[in-house]
Amino acid sequence: MIEFEIPEKIAGICTVIKSVADNMMRPVSRYFDEHEHEIPWDYITFMQTATRAMGGSSMAPSEKREGPRLGFQRLAFMVEMLSWGDAGIYLDTPGGMLGSAAVSATGTPEQKERFLARFKNETPTFDAMCMTEPQCGSDTSAIRTTAVLDKDESQWILNGEKIFVTAGHKAMVDSKGFIVIWATIDPKAGRAGMRPFVVEAGTPGCQVTKLEHKLGIRASDTVSIVLQDCRIPFDNILGSPEVVTDKATTGFKGAMATFDATRPIVAAQAIGLARAALELLKEMLTEKGITIRYGLPRQKLTSIEKDVIDMEVMLRSAWLLVIEAVWMMDNGKPNSLESSMCKVRAGDVVNKITQKAVEIMGPLGYSREHLLEKWFRDAKISDIYEGTGQINRLVVARQILGYRSSELR
Amino acid sequence: MYSFEPSEEQKMLIDAISRYSTSDLRPAAHDAEENKELPPKLISKGWELGVLQASIPEAYGGFGERSAVTGVLAAEAMAYGDLAGALAVGTPGLFALPILLSGSEEQKKQYLPPVIEADWRGYTAALLEPSFDFDPNDLKTTATTDGNDYILKGEKTFVPFATSAEAMIVFAKLDGATKGFIVLKGAAGLKIGAEREKFMGLNALPFFKVTLDGVKVPKANLLEGDFAPVLAAMRVSIAAMAIGVARAAFEYSRDYAKEREVFGVKVAQKQAIAFMLAEMATEIEAIRLLTWEAAWVIDANKEDASKQAYLSLTGAVDMAMMVTDRAVQILGGHGYIREHPVELWMRNGRGIATFTGLAMV
Repeated sequence: MIEFEIPEKIAGICTVIKSVADNMMRPVSRYFDEHEHEIPWDYITFMQTATRAMGGSSMAPSEKREGPRLGFQRLAFMVEMLSWGDAGIYLDTPGGMLGSAAVSATGTPEQKERFLARFKNETPTFDAMCMTEPQCGSDTSAIRTTAVLDKDESQWILNGEKIFVTAGHKAMVDSKGFIVIWATIDPKAGRAGMRPFVVEAGTPGCQVTKLEHKLGIRASDTVSIVLQDCRIPFDNILGSPEVVTDKATTGFKGAMATFDATRPIVAAQAIGLARAALELLKEMLTEKGITIRYGLPRQKLTSIEKDVIDMEVMLRSAWLLVIEAVWMMDNGKPNSLESSMCKVRAGDVVNKITQKAVEIMGPLGYSREHLLEKWFRDAKISDIYEGTGQINRLVVARQILGYRSSELR
Repeated sequence: MYSFEPSEEQKMLIDAISRYSTSDLRPAAHDAEENKELPPKLISKGWELGVLQASIPEAYGGFGERSAVTGVLAAEAMAYGDLAGALAVGTPGLFALPILLSGSEEQKKQYLPPVIEADWRGYTAALLEPSFDFDPNDLKTTATTDGNDYILKGEKTFVPFATSAEAMIVFAKLDGATKGFIVLKGAAGLKIGAEREKFMGLNALPFFKVTLDGVKVPKANLLEGDFAPVLAAMRVSIAAMAIGVARAAFEYSRDYAKEREVFGVKVAQKQAIAFMLAEMATEIEAIRLLTWEAAWVIDANKEDASKQAYLSLTGAVDMAMMVTDRAVQILGGHGYIREHPVELWMRNGRGIATFTGLAMV
């Protein structure tokens, strides 16, 4: 049965998060945009307490199975609403995020327990995922960070540099969190050599070296991390022990499986931001006495009405793609195609909507007295991280054409 | 809850329609367009699939319940084969469904069984008018009260099968609102154009101008119900058909690009083409979900059904044009030749913006 009803439980959570967004995020949006690298501890502490009070240890979907599975749908709705509040501050939400997604997608049950338990603590704890390096971004198979096995000590020795790590500072400096490092155990093997490793905060040889200054999402830290003879226990390699010797591309596939889970969530973030911009635009238009006359033929609409109606079409259809992708996750259906599709669409849509909103509002849109210009800057990241729009188009294209990566480069 | 999976019953219906649209409608589409005629046997075979019959309750001669969701699934599957064929098979729905949605109990009992229980016959509807800013909620055709009758005056265009129609619904403005009127064959003042209308596409279908020169209809023939649900159903139906057309164009150009060589590789191996295809697929899926949701909102009787249907059609108009245009572009010069179907789909794609009122599934 085709259905489009928000599950009651999720609707309830959204109401709660809406008030968090209204009271804890919006009032400080501008402040944290203008005070880059300051940390919104009030929000973080509140979210930590609230999540614990509600019985959850993190935002990440739990393994428990009761009735229909809603974990990823719930997460998508939560993220959408938090991002509606503030796309930068949302990224400071404590609990498992991208690093945990990698652990969930590729780790053993024992590893999940070991690494994810920390989010149940009283103190806010963060994680991060490290893929990009100075010389490679989208081409993840070109990573140079190495992991060498020291058999005597039963340890991995990591060397290399990771950049553009979202929340890396909070994971490694501001809390006892962890990062997931994608490294190669055989630099000649290309993607066949890629493996995910967990490095916990406080591990010697792992250092946060740089805080980036960004176009938007300034409330969120983006850092460089240098690994210098960084030793981690043997079983911090995610997955079963065979992944060590496996010549196949298990590790790379793990990265891709992680993306299947995380791309819809990043897309949900884009949607929340886009909705914020469209709603504010409509409010501002209403104040100016402009109402949108839905139902009229296009020939009778004003240019602004056409723009707003197009924005609504874009926003709603893109959001439904996200919901479809997470619904497939929850129902155990392979969703690589839908996951990348929704990321492509959401990345486009949030940029078009925020750009148009600034344009329509003219000087008011460009002014830092309103949030539209901030959201326009925040929006751009959604078309870049977790796979650029172009990489996701490539993924979609390969899927619909039935091509391997060697056939469509 | 959310679910994106059609029911078993719906899947069976889609399968049956898909077989027909792939093996019957599609192979006939080219000649039907060129010869300006659909073989009657082709239409009756589609009619026997029972799409309309299954959405009319037993009390009125059918064997099911109306569902807009099932309707959009059926519409997409049918139009995937050929839009003209899909519209022809569904034309009696233009007469039956407005009665089902906005007619009285008596009207349903009187008018539905003869349509539903018989072979495909020309029952139709006249909504569109020949003006650039045609607005279904602000019609120029008027209905005025005259004792126990209404007098209809105005001009209609795009009326399918008007010459052979047993009866048609004429939409006209009554006291500021759009209303449907049942007009029977041969009514005095009902003038049907002597020649078929000529359009950019849909040449397989016989369309006529219809002039209402003071047509007198008894008061009992007014569909008293609200027009909004009728219009919403029309909009999601044509949106769903746009998705069918677009999917056909997408798949054809995708398959072509995988066959055709260029600079030592297949055309599809070039990112310039592969990205176009990726965007086409994404756009189709996005608008499909928007249309499904609008249909679901209609079935759930939610108050924003009209707005949702309007938005889904607005999206479908742009999507269909974008996808069909790109399909022609991907085939290059070959796309411009009428031996390939993509140019026909592009003509159909441009028409989606105009076709509200030609489909109701």
